[in-house]
Amino acid sequence: MNARARQSFAATFARAGMPLVLAVLFAGCAAGIDNFLSVANLRGLALAVSMTGMVACTMMFCLAAGDFDLSIGSVVAGAGVIAAVVMNRTGSVAAGVAAALGFGLVVGLVNGLVVARLGINALITTLASMQVVRGLAFIVSGGSAVGIAAEPFFALGGGVVAGLPIPVWITALCFAAAGFTLNRTVFGRDTLAVGGNAEAARLAGIDVARVKVSIFAAQGVMAAFAGVVLSSRVTSGQPNTSVGFELEVISACVLGGVSLSGGVARVSHVISGVLILGIVQNAMNLLNVPTFWQYVARGLILLSAVLLDRWNHSRRE
Amino acid sequence: MSGVATPSSPGTAALAFAGVGMEFPGVRALDDVSFEVGAGSIHALMGENGAGKSTLLKILSGAHRPTAGEVRIDGRTVEFTSTSAALASGVAVIYQELHLVPAMSVAENLFLGHLPARLGVVDRRRLAADARRQLELIGEDIDPDTPVGELPLAQRQMVEIAKALTRGARILAFDEPTSSLSEREVRRLFSIIRDLRARGCAILYVSHRMEEIFALCDRITILRDGRHVETAALASLNRDAVVERMVGRRLADIYRHETRPPAGPGLAVDALTGPGITAPVSFTASAGEILGIFGLVGAGRTELLRLIYGATRSSGGIIRMEDNEVEVRGPRDALRAGIVLCPEDRKKEGIVPVRSVLENLNLSARRRVARGGMLINEAWERRNAEERIGQLRIRTPSARALIRTLSGGNQQKVILGRWLSETVRVVLLDEPTRGIDVGAKSEIYAIMQQLARDGVCVIMVSSELPEILGISDRILVMRGGAIAAEVARADATEAGLLKLALPVETAVVTA
Repeated sequence: MNARARQSFAATFARAGMPLVLAVLFAGCAAGIDNFLSVANLRGLALAVSMTGMVACTMMFCLAAGDFDLSIGSVVAGAGVIAAVVMNRTGSVAAGVAAALGFGLVVGLVNGLVVARLGINALITTLASMQVVRGLAFIVSGGSAVGIAAEPFFALGGGVVAGLPIPVWITALCFAAAGFTLNRTVFGRDTLAVGGNAEAARLAGIDVARVKVSIFAAQGVMAAFAGVVLSSRVTSGQPNTSVGFELEVISACVLGGVSLSGGVARVSHVISGVLILGIVQNAMNLLNVPTFWQYVARGLILLSAVLLDRWNHSRRE
Repeated sequence: MSGVATPSSPGTAALAFAGVGMEFPGVRALDDVSFEVGAGSIHALMGENGAGKSTLLKILSGAHRPTAGEVRIDGRTVEFTSTSAALASGVAVIYQELHLVPAMSVAENLFLGHLPARLGVVDRRRLAADARRQLELIGEDIDPDTPVGELPLAQRQMVEIAKALTRGARILAFDEPTSSLSEREVRRLFSIIRDLRARGCAILYVSHRMEEIFALCDRITILRDGRHVETAALASLNRDAVVERMVGRRLADIYRHETRPPAGPGLAVDALTGPGITAPVSFTASAGEILGIFGLVGAGRTELLRLIYGATRSSGGIIRMEDNEVEVRGPRDALRAGIVLCPEDRKKEGIVPVRSVLENLNLSARRRVARGGMLINEAWERRNAEERIGQLRIRTPSARALIRTLSGGNQQKVILGRWLSETVRVVLLDEPTRGIDVGAKSEIYAIMQQLARDGVCVIMVSSELPEILGISDRILVMRGGAIAAEVARADATEAGLLKLALPVETAVVTA
C-alpha cells in the first residue's frame, strides 16, 4: 500500500470503523459460504446473536461508566431457573417473569451498591456475585434443569412476528432504547462523563453513585430478562447455562469500540461488534470448523480488533 | 563509592545547559536556558510555579527531550531517552515523590535492576553487605532488610540518595526535598548534601524556601516564565533581590487591578475544620470581591477550597451564603447554593478528556438543559457552547473536538465556561493559571474580574505572588493548614507575603 492509499484507508476506517468491517465480513461470507444467505441461516444467526445483543445494550453503559459486570452469565441462569420454579409453583407466567426480573434487579442493585457506595472494584465485586448467583441457581433448581409446564410462555422465545423471531425484535428494541438513552438523555451524558473522569464528574455535580447503581440495576434486570427469554426458548430453566456469556458480551462491546477505561461508547459500533462475533461463529459452524478452533479464532478476533483500535487512536494523536 | 570525583578541566562544567528550549502544544515551558553547575558546588534553582524548574529537571532526568539546545556533562553533549540512561551518565534526580518500591526491602531498592545474583538467584548475603556499605557512606544506620514502606519519609529520602550514589551518580538534583521534613531531618539532609559537595558532586537544588537556599547553596540560577534570568554567586544577592528577579517587572501590565464597590454579603466561613486543616478556619468574602488566598504548596489552600465546596467532607464549622446557613455535604449541595469550584488539577479533576468541548462545557449546565427532566436540549447545548467559545475566546477547531486536544489554557477556559451559563454566587478557583501561558492568563483574569463586577464572590488560591498581588482585593495567607494572616491590598508586598507563608521552623536552619 502506498502512503496515500494507506492514509485514505486509515481515514475511512476511522470514520466507518467496525460497521465497515462488518459490511466486508458479511459480503465475504455471502460470497464465499454456501447457505450463508439462506433465510433459515440468517434467521438462526439473528436468533443466536439476540441474547448477546440484549445484554450488550446494558453492558455498553456499564463499560462506558468505567465498570464492568461479570455476573450476567450467572444471572441469566439464575433468572431462568427462578422463572421456571415460580411458574410451576404458581401456575402464573406473569409471576414467574416478575420473580426472575426482581431477582435480576436485586443482584444488580447489590453489585451497584457495593461498587459505588463501598468503593469495591467492579471486577472483584461481580466476580464474587457471579459465583454466588451461580450457586443460588443450582440451589434453587436442585442441581438440574427445571422443565416449564406453562405452554403460553414458550411464545416469548419461540414466536415469530413479521418473519422474525420475537427475541430478535426485542433485541432491536433494546438497541434503539440504548442508543436513545446514551445520546439523547442526561443519563447517557452522565454515564459517559462518569466513565471519562469520575472525579471531574463528581465535582461537576453529577451523582456518580446514583449513575453507577442505576446502570448495574438495569444490567441485572436485562440479564434476567435474557435469562427468561432463553428459558422460554429451551422450555426450561437451566442452572448451568451461559457459562462464559459475560466474556462474549464484553468481547462484543470491546469489538464495537467501547473503551474499557470508560467514557467512549457508540451503539452502532456495539451492534457491529455483536454481529461480527455472531457472523464469525455462524460462518465457522457452516464451514465445520471444530469447536476447539472456534475458541482460538474468537480470541484472536478480539485481540486484533483491540490492536486495530489502538493503532487507529495512536495514528490520530 | 566509585567514580564520584571526576575533576573537571577548566572551562568544562560538570553539568551545563546550553540554549535549552522546551515547547509543549500551546506552551513554551523553556526558552533558551543556559547555565552551568560546577563539580563540588551546590547550585540553587529558583523560580515561581510555572517558571520551568520542573521541566528542566525532567529534561535532566530523561523524562522529556528538549526541543532546542542541549545538555552537556563534562563538556560532552548528552541526550537522555530515559531515567536509566541519565543514571548511566551519572545523573540522578531526587523527586518529592520518591521512586522506591514500598513493599521491597531497602537493600533490594538500592540495587533494583542490578541485584547481585548467582545463576539468576539473588545473592542475599552479598546484597545485605553491599547495601550496608552504601548506607554507611551517607552515614545512615538503617537495617537493609526493612521494607521501604515502613521507613519514615526522611529515611526513604536517604535511601533514594544512597540508591543514586550506588549507581555512581555524581550529578544530583533535588526537587523540593525538604517539603515534608522536620527541622532535625532537614539538618541531617543538609549535612549529607554538603558531604556530597565535598566529594566533588555537582548538586542542583530546587526549593521555594529562601532560608534553605541561603544556608546551603553556593550559586543560584533564577528562571522566570521559562527564561533564564540570572546566574550568580549567592553571596552577591539578598533575599529581596532574588524575589524581585523571580517575579519580574513586565508582569505588571497583565495584572490590572480595578476597584469595585462592595456588593453586600457573600460567603462566610466559620470555624471550618477537616482533613488538611490544622486550626479552624474562619473568614468572609463579600459579593463582588476577589479574595486571594496565598500559601506555599501544602499550606492547606486546596484542602480549604475542597471543604467549602464539599469535595471533601468537613468535620466541623458553618458555611453561610448571604447570611443564610448552608449545609454542604457534597458538591451537589454547594452547587445548589451557587458555590462552584475550578479544581487545581485540571486533568484529574476538571475535564473529561475523552469527551468533546461541547459536552465538557455543558457538563453542569445540563440541569437546565433537560427537557422534562430527562432529555438533552441539543439546540440549547450547541448555542451555549458556541456562546462560551466566543465569549472566552476558547481556541478549538470546533465544539465537537475532544477537549484533551486543547492547550491547558483553553481547557481551563472550558472549565470556567461551565459556570458562566449558571447562576453562581461564589467561584472558588484553585491555581487557575497554573501551567498556562501569559496570554491566556490575562484572559482568565479578565473573566474573574467580569464575574466580580457581576456581583459574584471570587476566591482565588494561588502560589504565584504577582497574581495574588495583582488581582486580589484582599489577601489571606495560609501556612501549615491554617490561616496565618489577612493582609489588605494596600499593605501587601511580595516579600511580606512570602515571609508570612514560609514555615516558621525553617527560619532556624542555618549554616
